[in-house]
Amino acid sequence: MMKTNEKMIINGKRLDGRKPDELREIKMEVGVIPNANGSARVSFGKTIAIAAVYGPRKLFPRHKQESETGIVQYNYDMATFSVDERKRPGPSRREIEISKVSRLALEPTLFLKNFPKTTIDVFIEIIQADGSTRVTAINAASLALADAGVPMRDLVVGLSGGMIDGVPIVDLCGKEDNYCDADIPIAFLPNKNEITLLQMDGRLTPKETKAIVRNVLHVGKEIYKKQVEALKKKYSE
Amino acid sequence: MRSEFILKLLEKNERIDGRKLDEFREIIIEKRPIERAEGSARVKIGDTDVIVGIKMEFGEPYPDAPNSGVLMTGAEFIPLAHPDFELGKPGEIPTEVARVIDRGIRESETIDVEKLCIEEGKKVWNVFVDVYPINYDGNLIDAGSLASIIALKSTNIPTIDKDGNIDRENLKNSLPVVHTPITITIGKVMDKMIIDPTFEEEEILDCKLCVATTEEGKVVSIQKIGVGVLTDDDVDQMIDIAIEKGKELRKLVEDGKKIVKPKTKANKSRKG
Repeated sequence: MMKTNEKMIINGKRLDGRKPDELREIKMEVGVIPNANGSARVSFGKTIAIAAVYGPRKLFPRHKQESETGIVQYNYDMATFSVDERKRPGPSRREIEISKVSRLALEPTLFLKNFPKTTIDVFIEIIQADGSTRVTAINAASLALADAGVPMRDLVVGLSGGMIDGVPIVDLCGKEDNYCDADIPIAFLPNKNEITLLQMDGRLTPKETKAIVRNVLHVGKEIYKKQVEALKKKYSE
Repeated sequence: MRSEFILKLLEKNERIDGRKLDEFREIIIEKRPIERAEGSARVKIGDTDVIVGIKMEFGEPYPDAPNSGVLMTGAEFIPLAHPDFELGKPGEIPTEVARVIDRGIRESETIDVEKLCIEEGKKVWNVFVDVYPINYDGNLIDAGSLASIIALKSTNIPTIDKDGNIDRENLKNSLPVVHTPITITIGKVMDKMIIDPTFEEEEILDCKLCVATTEEGKVVSIQKIGVGVLTDDDVDQMIDIAIEKGKELRKLVEDGKKIVKPKTKANKSRKG
């Protein structure tokens, strides 16, 4: 983590005026890609993720097929213009790792054994990045899976937690991500309180770490409500 | 079956979504949807949905043009947009799409590249135009070209701070965009000419001609795509269509309004 002399929290308010526990403005829209079986667009402040689900569909080449179960293929990609300095097209090491942990964040909610020899393909495009992109993407992916009618145990909620100037916060924006003491992206199944993705970068005491995780699970319930609303909205229209 | 039906209708000068042969689908334009990019635009033509983002970076000029900025255009056929788009390897189709869009802008000298020189022979601005289809339902070149010109016109050049770094928080001058090239793709099948083909219609075309024209009425780039053949009369007719339809789309760029054509009964989701 980089260090800055700039105060990141002043009079209890963060850089963008939020309270420590406050989420940015969240927008969710389901069914944005007609070609896909399911899709969604989710924004947290300036971070915008689009997710498309294709499948379950037959997996090719055939040697990749599993006779006992279906598989998930997850591809997280950032558009070249989503960040300040143009990102080169094609997968970076960072994007490959995020794709892997995000795939595993979704698998526990799916009944993959019901779809042997198939793949559920989840494609993510980050069209604008301002922190917390992987968790924003997971929220979009979760909605896209539901929109595709794939059976799920629960929706999956993604939210980042962190610590800045000794204060626990949620939903880090880009600048906070750069200068925080710690960044903890989490995905979980909200009705079961089961964590499916957990990463951490930074420097915290065990007590602080535990408190942030609990706080994210708590605040994340708000995101779950918005997901349900977004799904209902599509099907009530 | 479906393709036979499309052909049967075309014989009667009818289209599967109720459009006339020379009619665009509904076009919706959104300017600067990506506020953090130096410029951007989203264009929807029917169910084809494209986002173009512009990034400006330092680069070296070409030796034969030491005081000119450099334009680079790319198209990413991300698998999100269509079941046939695959991960990895930029194949020949995305490369051709990017190059055709690029030539419409380049050959019309739309960007005054000499204004993008920072230090002669050493440092110039590179202008990256990146085209991302979000949903693909045909006619990507027209949609991508339209989004590109609108995105370029929305672009602001970053400033350079006292340490010589790019400062993107302070965008001062707008990019010098001096023309408005418009690319129109005309499809030929049997003896019929159609514009703005959907994905299904593209499948049955003999071939296509992409023609970029400027507001001065000049033709600046042409690309024939597909296996079929064209006669000289076909080419004459296609160029005339490109000029005429180019005017229609150019109006959209200039007015900056979203144009909503009367909704046809048409398509919608193929999910069924």
